[in-house]
Amino acid sequence: MSELEYLKNQHKAGRINRRELLGRAAALGAGAALLNTIGLQADAYAAETPRKGGVLKLGVGGGSTTDSLDPTNWNDTVPTVTGNSFLDSLIEVGPDLKPIPLLAESWEAKPGATEWIFNLRRGVTFHNGKTFNADDAVFSINLHRGKTKSGAAGSFSAITDVKKVTDYQIAITLKSGDADFPMVLTDYHNRIVPDGTTDFSKGIGTSGYMLESFDPGVRIRGKKNPNYWRTDRAFLDGYDLTVINDSAARMNALISGQVDAVNRVDAKIANLIKAKKNLALVRSVGGWHTVISLMQDKGALFESHDLRLAMKYGIDRVQIVKTLFNGYGTVGNDMPIPKSDPYYNPNIPQAVYDPEKAKFHLKKSGFDQLITIQASEAAFNGAVDMATLMQASLIKTGLKVDVKKEPADGFWNNVWLKGACVTSYWAGRSTATQMLDVGYGPTAPWNESHYKNPKFGPLLDAARAELDVAKRRAILWEAQAMMSEDVATLIPAFQDYLDGHNDKVGGLTPHSLAPLDNSNVTLKAWLKA
Amino acid sequence: MIRLTVLRLFLGLATLWAASVMIFAGTELLPGDLATAILQNSATPENVAELRKELGLDRPPLVRYAEWLGRAVQGNLGVSLSNQRDVVEELAPRLRNTLFLAALATLVAVPLAIGLGLLAAINQGSFFDRAVNLVTLLTISIPDYLVGYLLVKYFAVRLDWFPVLANVTPETPMGDRLWLTFLPTMTLVLVIVAHMMRMTRASVLSIMSSPYIEMAFLKGLSKTRVVIRHAFPNALAPIISVVALNLAYLVVGVVVVESVFVYPGLGQLMVDAVSKHDLPLVQACGLIFAGAFIVLNMIADIVGILSNPRLRNPR
Repeated sequence: MSELEYLKNQHKAGRINRRELLGRAAALGAGAALLNTIGLQADAYAAETPRKGGVLKLGVGGGSTTDSLDPTNWNDTVPTVTGNSFLDSLIEVGPDLKPIPLLAESWEAKPGATEWIFNLRRGVTFHNGKTFNADDAVFSINLHRGKTKSGAAGSFSAITDVKKVTDYQIAITLKSGDADFPMVLTDYHNRIVPDGTTDFSKGIGTSGYMLESFDPGVRIRGKKNPNYWRTDRAFLDGYDLTVINDSAARMNALISGQVDAVNRVDAKIANLIKAKKNLALVRSVGGWHTVISLMQDKGALFESHDLRLAMKYGIDRVQIVKTLFNGYGTVGNDMPIPKSDPYYNPNIPQAVYDPEKAKFHLKKSGFDQLITIQASEAAFNGAVDMATLMQASLIKTGLKVDVKKEPADGFWNNVWLKGACVTSYWAGRSTATQMLDVGYGPTAPWNESHYKNPKFGPLLDAARAELDVAKRRAILWEAQAMMSEDVATLIPAFQDYLDGHNDKVGGLTPHSLAPLDNSNVTLKAWLKA
Repeated sequence: MIRLTVLRLFLGLATLWAASVMIFAGTELLPGDLATAILQNSATPENVAELRKELGLDRPPLVRYAEWLGRAVQGNLGVSLSNQRDVVEELAPRLRNTLFLAALATLVAVPLAIGLGLLAAINQGSFFDRAVNLVTLLTISIPDYLVGYLLVKYFAVRLDWFPVLANVTPETPMGDRLWLTFLPTMTLVLVIVAHMMRMTRASVLSIMSSPYIEMAFLKGLSKTRVVIRHAFPNALAPIISVVALNLAYLVVGVVVVESVFVYPGLGQLMVDAVSKHDLPLVQACGLIFAGAFIVLNMIADIVGILSNPRLRNPR
């Protein structure tokens, strides 16, 4: 499905309004065609043509003094929003989680999907005047391979070789076949810098903006790149991003008009933002989900399948979505693929709160020890509250449950992956195979629950190497059903990404992968007159 | 007098060193390190090891401390571990912002507090005295961030007189800067005025029962004159130490106010640095904070001595 198709479907489903649809379509250069298909007046379309110029003021949470422009360091929304404005990727993820060509114009896999050829775009120059070619692409990919501190190291370890074929073609070899490999390259760390870059502080890339000022954790400004290779993006003269980590301050800044758009709208006041005439809420239903690990290898607390089933039916998912996210989320079903993913299996029966069923399984398991949920706000805001809600509903099934609040400092190092029942989260991945592999694959270092169904690994391998979409879907559906049935882990809820903007901003659309249009807000949004 | 000052300076430096040891030990004791703090849940043993090596965290703590100290005494505070920026460069604008806000708040709060304190002392027991006491007690009892939010709610969101964000940059002209920092300044003023005002009032009143004050009244002087000329100078020492403490708070304790107004000051920098275990930054912030405390207390001591003839001319 193209981006346009996706937008049309979003419009049909009522997730974006007509103006947004037309605006985005116009940005794609597809306005006229769309008009014919949905029969709208030309003037309505004209009103939403992206307007050039102006400085977009952003108030973004998720930045720190320790941020840098080195893409291997990126780990939060501020570095990705600013990073994307300076550096391009080879391939980007569309809102429908399909790959869209960027600096790589086209690609093809040899049968078996272990060898890939990528054809690169010509006539693209870096901010410093250098011409983009295959050397830059090879260098940039290699930043995340081998001895590296990159957050993409895990998924890029599948690559065994990257070579330049011609100046505008590279070849990548993988350990094993992966039909979704172009999506692996869309990892947000994987951005293109000039060959041999050691000093990343200038933000030299090929994207729509050039670095104007960089004060990490405080304020970052970009100005239009006059030599940008595409004309259907980067409409602004520049942007001015203020890092606002305090939720109340961010909301106040939006309401008082000091910034035009924000991310992380507090779910508790989202309805108020929606009700305000000059403000709009952008809700992205995506893959961000909460997790409670259930360590289940031999001898571990949750070895018993019945005990895990007791946990599954003993938590009130609806209450968690309502209380924690004020309804801006969806209930989880103990498997990490969100409804927005094209490979989501809709046929798995949704687990509902059923104390009687839980009691039955608990009795069958014969378990009578105390379960301690180790919760920390380091996992996500509200993790302790979620654990407490779970405790309240689990106690009604006869389980003895305690919530231990762990300090945020050092949580990922000392508690996560070590405790048997720990709060955690996963941000959505661009592909179902990646998500299943990274957290639950047989060799995944981050397999929190030590999920080890011997049939699961081979299924994943088969899905990855399968180029036929229908067959892959069947395999991935089976894997998801298996996880949910096994209770591989507890996934109580998915949370929506909530952005907010005022009526001056056009073209800020939802993206299931990350907030602020997958951090591309500076490239895709514009300011109305 | 000079001997005393030199001794104070020496003690100050020793305290500073002790503070640096404690800060270092503190960050070492914290669970986890910069590498795991940066990578969060994308850490694998391999990329953590690589990052540690790059950051020099694989060497023993004592070596790292000694190296840091060696460089620090030469004025080189090193580079931030997490983004390789020079610590001094990173600190300087933040320090300027913090000092700017502290200076503004001081300029408003100190005269206001002392003036109100004196007026309250002069009119002891009057309606004015009670009202000032009650209001300042109220502002000191409300946590500083709530004062900040209340000011934002009424003066920024409802009335739209002042901005919500105090996001100044080094290029912001002075006029805009004053306007942008108005609400944070007022928040700080409301928080610190009470302490200083009450101390002024209390110490002036305690002097008022001395025999020489009675003498002054018997000479036929007015109450205002007695308070300002006779009582206040003798009550200065405790007032000065309270003022110094409050000024130190303005430098080191305003992180919450900074975060409410998104003001790029030192406190926010230190919090970021601590949460990422970025030792050179934490150390530098710690040194500045400890230094501010020490210098302000030293000044308070010295001014206290100067204001007291008995200490000024020791026998």
